[in-house]
Amino acid sequence: MISINEVIETNEMIDKENLDVRTITLGISLLDCISPDLGELNKNIREKILNVAKNLVSVGREIEKEFGIPIVNKRISVTPVALIGGAACHSPEDFVSIAKTLDSTAGEVGVNIIGGFSALAAKGMTKADELLIRAIPEALSVTNRVCSSVVVGSTKTGIDMDAVRLMGSIIKETAEKTADRDSCGCSKLVVLCNAPDDNPFMAGAFHGVTEADAIINVGVSGPGVVKTALEKVRGKDFEILCKTIKDTAFKVTRVGQLVAGEASRRLNIPFGIVDLSLAPTPAIGDSVADILKEIGVEYPGAPGTTAALALLNDQVKKGGVMAANYVGGLSGAFIPVSEDQGMIEAVEKGALTLEKLEAMTCVCSVGLDMIAIPGNTSDTTIAGIIADEMALGMVNQKTTAVRIIPVIGKDVGDTVEFGGLFGYAPVMRVNPFGCGDFVNRKGRIPAPIHSFKN
Amino acid sequence: MKKIIITVVGQDTVGIIAKVCTYLAGNEVNILDISQTIVSGYFNMMMIVDIGGSKKPFEDIQHELNQIGDEIGVQIRCQREEIFEMMHRI
Repeated sequence: MISINEVIETNEMIDKENLDVRTITLGISLLDCISPDLGELNKNIREKILNVAKNLVSVGREIEKEFGIPIVNKRISVTPVALIGGAACHSPEDFVSIAKTLDSTAGEVGVNIIGGFSALAAKGMTKADELLIRAIPEALSVTNRVCSSVVVGSTKTGIDMDAVRLMGSIIKETAEKTADRDSCGCSKLVVLCNAPDDNPFMAGAFHGVTEADAIINVGVSGPGVVKTALEKVRGKDFEILCKTIKDTAFKVTRVGQLVAGEASRRLNIPFGIVDLSLAPTPAIGDSVADILKEIGVEYPGAPGTTAALALLNDQVKKGGVMAANYVGGLSGAFIPVSEDQGMIEAVEKGALTLEKLEAMTCVCSVGLDMIAIPGNTSDTTIAGIIADEMALGMVNQKTTAVRIIPVIGKDVGDTVEFGGLFGYAPVMRVNPFGCGDFVNRKGRIPAPIHSFKN
Repeated sequence: MKKIIITVVGQDTVGIIAKVCTYLAGNEVNILDISQTIVSGYFNMMMIVDIGGSKKPFEDIQHELNQIGDEIGVQIRCQREEIFEMMHRI
């Protein structure tokens, strides 16, 4: 029988340490919506989403209430739209109409974000991929709920540098189109290498073609819970440190598994995966940076940070894997800047630079995330930043991503407010030296060799 | 059997347990276990109950216990047992 101390522990995690289920994400295949007629395609998409997702939000609320665990987001991911729009879309404007359909349909079913305005261009772009990518700036400026992602590389295919170069310009254009809102369009746009098909976390979520017709994926969180647990073993050795993280990750993930199973059963949609992630929010006490400080670095970015993060990331997985029936998605500690109060502080103190963040992304999920840079950063420099991050993913066989915001009209020293879960960010310095001759080369970087690892 | 965990947290005062138990008895909710402790000066009580025999649905019991909590100045929370089982048992 459950003891009173166990009940108190769980409820304190929820009440005081920000334990929550970050998202129930319903993945929906739109492959059966394909039509050569754009009107028909938009109609099919709307009907499919309404049909599959009609109870998502109400079921999420029921589960929250019955178990007393907050479920912060109920979201939808769909098949990458470039795959389903190819026959009907002959211009970027045609693709924008699909973005509008996704936006309004998401509103109808009550979800705050829908992901999948995406293209898979790891090795090359189809005509549809390119049209969709060129539609992104307009699509993100006229919609509120749509998230967009573009896969530009993988370990197996190498990096499509034509797509990387194009994304450098598209990110800049998206920033300009939403310049009146601190370039917030870019906070809903992510460039990926080795993107998983079952990621429940935005902005990079899409419903991959390897997936079933509809699937429930759940993203857990709980940086505050890990931080509080580590406070109790301050100064202890690495064995105890690691065990404490593992034990805590297990408990947090079990809640995610419970919610995933319940949501799957009540919606009659198969359970896909639990994403084992430490996902921070701007709320005080919900910070991955604070865990790194508790492990022993003065501020994230100080020497030792990469090792501390590597340890944290690995223990979270080790604890979580046993707690969940299926694991997938991004699964690791997220280190977004604007969404984590401790990371923001580290940037403000001068402890954390773009280059150190890049190093940190080698050992954790996912990449350069929610980073504000000066609005006058050139397209080619942005492409160079993307290429570097993609190369890390490609060579290390992991997912990497870039979600970077060149804030039009702002420079180093300024602060940008994105609002809500997106938080705020100090504009970070970018290396001023050029890489135009590199990124302007046409073609792709070949896939890396899979032997002679050094 | 449909097990629910009821927790009561707040300033200790006369009649908290009586009030909750009277409500549960009146709604045919069977108490399986009851324990209490003081944490940081606050009264904490936990009951494991079975609402399988009650005619009232879970959400009504949850809502009405919340109201009783408001009346006597404590926080009363009802949660399905599975969240604790999942977290603390392999």
